[in-house]
Amino acid sequence: MTMARAAASRRSFLGHSYNLVGVLASLVILAWTLVAVFAPYIIPHPIGDIVDDDYFGPMRQGLWLGSDYLGRDMLSRVLMGARYTVGISLAAVSIACFSGVVLGMIAAVTGGWLDTCLSRFLDAMNSIPSKLFGLVVVAAVGSSIPVLILTLAVIYIPGAYRFARALAVNINTMDFMTVARVRGESTAYLIGSEILPNIIRPVLADFGLRFVFIVLLLSGLSFLGLGLQPPLADWGALVRENIGGLPFAAPAVIVPSLAIASLTISVNLLIDNLPQKIRDRDA
Amino acid sequence: MKSGVLNLVVKRLAVAVVTLLIVLFAVFFATSMLPGDTASILLGQAATPEAVAGLREAMHLNDPAILRFLRWLVGLLHGDLGTSYANDMPVAALIGGRFVNTMKLAGITTLISVPLALTLGITAAMLRGSVYDRTVTILSIGVISVPEFMVATLAVLLFAVYLRWLPALSSVNEAHSLTDLVRIYAMPVITLTFVISAQMIRMTRAAVIETLSTPYVEMALLKGASRSRMVLRHALPNALGPIVNAVALSLSYLVGGVIIVETIFNYPGIAKLMVDAVATRDLPLIQSCAMIFCLGYLLLITAADIIAIMSNPRLR
Repeated sequence: MTMARAAASRRSFLGHSYNLVGVLASLVILAWTLVAVFAPYIIPHPIGDIVDDDYFGPMRQGLWLGSDYLGRDMLSRVLMGARYTVGISLAAVSIACFSGVVLGMIAAVTGGWLDTCLSRFLDAMNSIPSKLFGLVVVAAVGSSIPVLILTLAVIYIPGAYRFARALAVNINTMDFMTVARVRGESTAYLIGSEILPNIIRPVLADFGLRFVFIVLLLSGLSFLGLGLQPPLADWGALVRENIGGLPFAAPAVIVPSLAIASLTISVNLLIDNLPQKIRDRDA
Repeated sequence: MKSGVLNLVVKRLAVAVVTLLIVLFAVFFATSMLPGDTASILLGQAATPEAVAGLREAMHLNDPAILRFLRWLVGLLHGDLGTSYANDMPVAALIGGRFVNTMKLAGITTLISVPLALTLGITAAMLRGSVYDRTVTILSIGVISVPEFMVATLAVLLFAVYLRWLPALSSVNEAHSLTDLVRIYAMPVITLTFVISAQMIRMTRAAVIETLSTPYVEMALLKGASRSRMVLRHALPNALGPIVNAVALSLSYLVGGVIIVETIFNYPGIAKLMVDAVATRDLPLIQSCAMIFCLGYLLLITAADIIAIMSNPRLR
């Protein structure tokens, strides 16, 4: 029935436009990825240089996105900011999903007290509001890029664990799992070769969602002044340092906000427009 | 209600209590890791080593962490939140008024966002696939996808900069009339309402749509019931549990939202107090604020779970 509905919607006009949205979203994501990788080679001005006599300058030729609160080129700062926002989030989400999914699969396959303890502990971790956790930890050990990556990863491990465990528990009841167990396969083989291939697609969709959460949390922390510290600046920090331009609607405060929104909305739209088969999940 | 449900609820409450202990533990240890020695921070740069050592002794900072944690816990049970390091006032006195402010903000937001979100969510589910539904869905995805501070900055841009209806900053003490009050609360409440409603709309819509795909609703369709009768009389009563669950879960987003919103609008609530306390490394204050937030969050998600258990007729 799901198949029939999917096929029907693909034929309809709206179904077609969904896929167009998906393509556009992936183009935006690709563009930001390229920017993140090549930022140092494409920025028109060094990010620390004061190039404008005026602060919060408007958009004009040469300074395409205006200037910030010190008269620095906003375009260069946003392009370099992509590096930190995308890079830190990607590193954090990779650690979170890898640990969460591996632990989740092990818990599902092993069962017993390991499963119970792990689930209880991670559920408790989940009951700490993420922003509060970030606030306390970052304040406790100071803010640096490795601390940020680890904190963000730890915050989102419980979610990834719960998601992967729920999927893996279903797979675990299949006959081929019993067969593999009877063959005497190791836990590593069971999770790597039997379970993972069966849950990889929803796990990847979940990876994308968690990436969005992490980008949002990182931006929020940077906005509070607890994320990346000057002179480094990710998009959240750019909004924070230029918040004084808000009363004049300066591009310096609007553009980094738009950059965050374009990235997160694109990832969300891409996941929403993936074929049903891939994003099928019970969350 | 039979004992089965009661059992499940009691079990869930027990889990909540254990979780609370773990969370308190985590908060305490995270804050004891704060860099710098509190005694030397308090005494300033001119302090002699003897004075620092004396203060450390007086504040029991030399005791093992576990002892300090237990002492803190016992004090907590007696309603003693400790004394603020930074200005030597009892933490309870510092938090009191601020807590009321934050609860006011959260309360007003709840009163506005719950009816709004439920109406939008249910109507969107009723008119599934229509332009209206697409608009509501896209807007709510949009709000969920952006950080709270961006919703806040956009609200400031729109209402304070372009339209000039509202002030960008709030200060509760200057409220003399009703219009003042509205002007003060408008901005933070609008921002929070956007953030909370978006979550609630999505979850409500999903809950109603799920009920609409059940066989008995199909039966109602086949016997010729109108679309609104099908949703309101057949589907809604059964979707009520999931919807209330969704409301409680969405309200837990208030905790994160309030931290950002109070900071941006300079609103004198406990979130602002806590962000400031982090800057001054005021341990007892941070612990108490963090505890209040965790408690509120835990209460809401536990309530959501218990409602889900109670509303499931199969467990009754």
